Amino acid sequence: MKKLQKADYIKMYSFMLKIRRFEERAAQLYGMGKIGGFCHLYIGQEAVVVGILMTIDKNDSVVTTYRDHGHMIARGLDPKRIMAELTGREDGYSAGKGGSMHMFSKENNFYGGHGIVGAQVPIGTGIAFTHKYNGEKNICRTYIGDGAMNNGQVFEAFNLAALWKLPVLYIIENNKYGMGTSVDRAAAGLDLYKRGEAFGIPGEKVDGMNVFSVIEAADKAGKYVREGNGPYIIEVQTYRYRGHSMSDPAKYRTKEELDNYKQTDPIEIVKAEILKKKIATNDEIEKINKDTLDEIKNAAEFATNSAFPKDSELYTDVYL
Amino acid sequence: MSTEILMPALSPTMTEGNLSKWLIKKGDIVKAGDLIAEIETDKATMEVEAVDEGVVLDLLFKEGEANIPVNKAIAIIGDPNEKIVLKKEALIEKVIEEKKIEKNIETKIENKKTDIIDTPSPKIEEDRNLSSEEITMRQALRDTMAEEMRKDNKVFILGEEVAEYQGAYKVTQGLLEEFGKERVLDTPISEHGFTGLAVGAAFKGLRPILEFMTFNFSMQAIDQIINSAAKTLYMSGGQINCPIVFRGPNGAAAQVAAQHSQDFSSWYSQVPGLKVIAPSTPYNAKGLLRSAISDPNPIIFLENEILYGLKGPVNNNVNFSIPIGKANIEKEGKDLTIVTYSIMLQKSKEAALRLKEEYNLDAEIIDLQTLRPLDTETILNSVKKTNRLITVEESWPFGSVGSEIANIVQRDAFDYLDSPVIKVNSADVPMPYSLSLEKLYLPQVDDIINAAKKVSYIK
Repeated sequence: MKKLQKADYIKMYSFMLKIRRFEERAAQLYGMGKIGGFCHLYIGQEAVVVGILMTIDKNDSVVTTYRDHGHMIARGLDPKRIMAELTGREDGYSAGKGGSMHMFSKENNFYGGHGIVGAQVPIGTGIAFTHKYNGEKNICRTYIGDGAMNNGQVFEAFNLAALWKLPVLYIIENNKYGMGTSVDRAAAGLDLYKRGEAFGIPGEKVDGMNVFSVIEAADKAGKYVREGNGPYIIEVQTYRYRGHSMSDPAKYRTKEELDNYKQTDPIEIVKAEILKKKIATNDEIEKINKDTLDEIKNAAEFATNSAFPKDSELYTDVYL
Repeated sequence: MSTEILMPALSPTMTEGNLSKWLIKKGDIVKAGDLIAEIETDKATMEVEAVDEGVVLDLLFKEGEANIPVNKAIAIIGDPNEKIVLKKEALIEKVIEEKKIEKNIETKIENKKTDIIDTPSPKIEEDRNLSSEEITMRQALRDTMAEEMRKDNKVFILGEEVAEYQGAYKVTQGLLEEFGKERVLDTPISEHGFTGLAVGAAFKGLRPILEFMTFNFSMQAIDQIINSAAKTLYMSGGQINCPIVFRGPNGAAAQVAAQHSQDFSSWYSQVPGLKVIAPSTPYNAKGLLRSAISDPNPIIFLENEILYGLKGPVNNNVNFSIPIGKANIEKEGKDLTIVTYSIMLQKSKEAALRLKEEYNLDAEIIDLQTLRPLDTETILNSVKKTNRLITVEESWPFGSVGSEIANIVQRDAFDYLDSPVIKVNSADVPMPYSLSLEKLYLPQVDDIINAAKKVSYIK
């Protein structure tokens, strides 16, 4: 497995914390009416995307679902411009035309942010197709929610990826609920990672609350895919602390269940490891905490002061 | 500096909330992420987290207090040494300011254009240098794809039976042999999957030509066409375009009944972000397909199975193209205008001959070639000359391309019309199987003649 340096630990901690603080601030701005529409928070799932992206090459591609704010932060994108997209302003990554669910950064090989459940799976497979077609050694990481695992096009994509040996790493973010329906009420057969077996796609299940487990799996799977062996599936067991979207009171689960997961908080796990390994002192951690809080505060400030798109923007970007 | 914690809107419809429980008390130190209160909304009781850090200086409402408006301060946190100033006025001003912004947005929307966004029709003169030999529509399409694949390595073709089988309708004959299996790909029967894959490949810079065995099967994939291919340029603020051609036969074949005989021209023409093309001859099929493959946007290229065998001269210049968005005046005339496209061009031409012979009516025929963007200028100029208009198309009547043309003409050339616009469409029923019923379903030459007589007030 990838040998983690001291800087890696700090990077992991910082990114996960940045995602957490960003989402909390987004919730606040939503509460103030600055963010509208659907807004899906990533709180609780931070170890998944940060763990996966610790093994990424800068020319690799990423495509994900509508729960995408954390994915963009982990890809190294600017929280200011992400937040500005949430507030629908001209400085947003999609110039205010996409919103929370539809954000892209082509220069960073981040291909969205997709609002239709399952749609990103064939799209990610097609991006992987392009890497192969062009003879590039890059891979496309394609994230899938547990809810999408019962969607037909996902299996069509699995079949194509295995048939054409495409360099695509599928990551199932199993946060236990597709909106209000628990996985066991939606899926016949709970081992989602085994759903590629019929196509000959290897899969494994990983503890998604522990970033170190995620990195280990991502590293192994990434190598397999990059070496031209075809697709690979990682099912990451995670949990979202918040409801499906901002307006979901999450009555379909118990407070005990939520509290239980909070006992294994992904950020606390990394923090404990940093302190145990004496990579940073408590004071240094506090400094990161404060800097992160300030950075996100500034992002919110920026996003609420950025201008709304000009009227004329309504008619641009329909055709190239 | 102190910070006010405001009553949050926890759902899009919430305007006020009840403070069920405080999870902090005065003097507590609060960190970002700590739970501070339980708020009862119109839907449920939810926990609220702190996003700012500091000491709780004051709680402004007691537990159990109800109907607290959204955005009203409920607590103050900050530096314990700082004097507490309740900035109520400032807060009210802020809310008023926000309302103003909202108002402002509403006004903007009042001024929106309802017009369809058309890229203006390019004023390019076509090179009408025709070959002496005649080839079929099928060959014209195949040749154009091969020519473009030779020019640009990023162009590839995928679809069911396009490679080994040489195409269900032989439109891709010989392509596998010339370009190999990396660029001519047989797909499994999984339209949703391979359409999404092709869209992803186009996002990443390739230029796929995707063949639907027939457009009936594009229904399996329509989410990827509409929601992914057509909208992503817009939703990404102009970053990610989708240079792809979706092509294949559209419309009625012969006695294949309701599920395999239908016309989707108006469905796709309704969608901003797509361009829709419907060729009618080998000549324009070549010119239009070349433009389609070179275009940076997603294109719906509607062929017609019955026209695949139609022979005609073509322009053999490998750079010859017909601009998208330009209609062709197939025949000039002075008494009435017939606007049509695809296979109905043939029937319209037959009708025009008979109209001349039997009723001495000189019809002008416009072949749209592109349905979106629509060449409204050519249509309007013709109507201003002839003062009468019929539209002829194979689609169902409700909301068809002809409906939109009728709308544009009544709006922009009302004073030029000497009679109401009449549309000729297929019957408003699913396509029947039986030969006799099928004939009744489709627009026939007699239907066109009757419509022409009607707009000319001939009994």
